[in-house]
Amino acid sequence: MDRIPILRMGKFLLVTIQIDLYDRLATNLETDLVQMVNKTGAKGVLIDISALSIVDSFMGRILGNIGSMSKIMDAETVVVGMQPAVAITLIELGLELKGVHTALNVERGMDLLMHKIDLTDETVQDEDSTE
Amino acid sequence: MKIVLNKDTMKIEKEQDVVPFRNRVKEYAVKIGMSLVNQTKLITAASELVRNMLKYANGGVVLIEVISQGRDNGIRLTFQDKGPGIGDIALAMKDGYSSGKSLGIGLPGAKRLVNEFDIKSIVGEGTTVTIIKWKNG
Repeated sequence: MDRIPILRMGKFLLVTIQIDLYDRLATNLETDLVQMVNKTGAKGVLIDISALSIVDSFMGRILGNIGSMSKIMDAETVVVGMQPAVAITLIELGLELKGVHTALNVERGMDLLMHKIDLTDETVQDEDSTE
Repeated sequence: MKIVLNKDTMKIEKEQDVVPFRNRVKEYAVKIGMSLVNQTKLITAASELVRNMLKYANGGVVLIEVISQGRDNGIRLTFQDKGPGIGDIALAMKDGYSSGKSLGIGLPGAKRLVNEFDIKSIVGEGTTVTIIKWKNG
């Protein structure tokens, strides 16, 4: 398997990482996601990493890249479900995951995304009625 | 004095070897009863070092050892490569420095995650990095 599936749900893209990623899979995910944001006009990206037992600097960089790239494409990224041991290790390693929002679980992540998008969408709400 | 209880070697030649290697390290860490947080730290450090080995030396060999010292057990990993070597180790150990395109936290970050860290390198011959994580460290 060479790809992580990306699900579309309304204005959001959902990604659940269920296996430990090797590098090719991670870089594929990065490009796939940015392309999907472009193609679907998604406003938010939610990445569930609850099944990841480790996040090293490479994986951290990929998550950061996804956040920054999506931001440029006008979409917010939230990473959810990080295991406590992974969070402890990340900070000691020196990685702060700048540029991505984080939430405890999928539910809170979705709330965060909706909140973010509501705030940024207020000015263009009139146009939304045509959708 | 450190006594070696068990040892195993693993060749790292391509990026697909990284995940099985991490799993093997995890197996040994679980076997000696290392806590989840320490396991995660050890495996993350190992992942950083094995990645360096692939990136700068096209791979190498890792020696995985279960060691004991007094009442404590631990895992010792030795990463050996025949790559270009590191000219200035002090510089390579600095946070934010990278000769490649990475974040430059691999070596100093890995050092922070383990209990003992040793690096030896000869330019033109290769680099050996040894780390130890104690079960209760």
